Amino acid sequence: MNESPAAVSADELHAYVDGQLAPERAAAVLAWLQAHADDAQRVALWQAQRLQLRRAARTLELDDAPAALADTVLRTARRTHRVAAWQQAVAAVLLLAAGVAGGRWWAQQGAAPLLAGSPAFVHEAVLAHAVFVPEKRHPVEVAASEEAHLVQWLSRRLGAPLKAPSLAARGFRLLGGRLLPGEGTPRAQFMYENEQGARVTLFVAVFAPGKAPAETSFRSVRDAAGESFYWVEDRFGYALSADLAVPEMQALAREAYTQLAR
Amino acid sequence: MSVEQILGHIPALRRYARLLTGDATRADDLVQDTLERACVKWSLWKPGSALRSWLLSLMHNLHVNQRRDWRHDDGHAALEDSPEPAHEPLALAGERLDLQQALMALPPAMREVLLLVTVEEYTYAEAAQIIDVPVGTVMSRLHRAREQLRELMTDQTQRLVALQRVK
Repeated sequence: MNESPAAVSADELHAYVDGQLAPERAAAVLAWLQAHADDAQRVALWQAQRLQLRRAARTLELDDAPAALADTVLRTARRTHRVAAWQQAVAAVLLLAAGVAGGRWWAQQGAAPLLAGSPAFVHEAVLAHAVFVPEKRHPVEVAASEEAHLVQWLSRRLGAPLKAPSLAARGFRLLGGRLLPGEGTPRAQFMYENEQGARVTLFVAVFAPGKAPAETSFRSVRDAAGESFYWVEDRFGYALSADLAVPEMQALAREAYTQLAR
Repeated sequence: MSVEQILGHIPALRRYARLLTGDATRADDLVQDTLERACVKWSLWKPGSALRSWLLSLMHNLHVNQRRDWRHDDGHAALEDSPEPAHEPLALAGERLDLQQALMALPPAMREVLLLVTVEEYTYAEAAQIIDVPVGTVMSRLHRAREQLRELMTDQTQRLVALQRVK
């Protein structure tokens, strides 16, 4: 056995600090540090720097992300849109939302989205919900104060008369809505909020004749951001999304369904 | 693979850019430029390779170019050797030089390596790939960054001690 420790390089001291040291060199580096007090002190300071830097990064307070950042990507996404990619997109946006919401959803990010079997518009709805619900300053494009204009505008763009159901009976007031890209045709999103600040979105798709998904039943899907209830009726596809207790979700969905079916 | 997966990296990019530039507005501008570049070059990203690294390498190039434009010179030497003009360490005399200030007093190229290795936890080889230099350069920048940081913070401690003695 070789008793005199081989010289340890500065690179190896850094690797030791950064946890990148080859395991077989660990003993040699430790022996070196025991024998060289100046290097040991230097390494201790580097380790302290490392911890301080990491703490500084973790505790950095960032303002809300400017909407322009996500918009840049979403604009490109519209151009290069491919349905098969929705799964990753949803996961990615949930991570974004998690960052924005201060990590509330980090714990759930591993949960597999159970969206696989649902129609494409439901994926769009979940994505749009995750993107816009955390928005503090621009949750909607047109506010509920211009409800008539909002509904008229979205109806014109989607090519069918829309309705923004009232969820006031369940404590949710309309915040407004926005126009969104969809597969082939535009989509509408209405957003509601209750007194506690919980938000619900209703996503509406209008399909070209013969293009509506076959499924018409009342279904729900769960993902990391909450629950979505969806149904398809005639040319209309609806998805109601929120992160609420299931009975509350069902009550809201029934309320919306009843009003929209009229 | 869809371009939307970039969205998931925005919080981390903002955090990194904030530490790199030391300024919230400049950081978000840099992230914005990075995202625009990423969207334009999206077809060049190889699915399966690390997206975050790719985004950071785009950000690195933009940051180098920006600094080059600001300084009206050819950049690399300046980037390597001189501290950020807006963050002269001497201007901080008499104040507590905290870690973030000391970080800003480092030349950007050293700060960048230090952040990639410690905060982003890239291996030396990965960091070298992101900023497109040999691993040896990463090691020497890392070494100088740590030693300068140590001196900056020690100097400051000594200056504070000296000030207290005068009082």
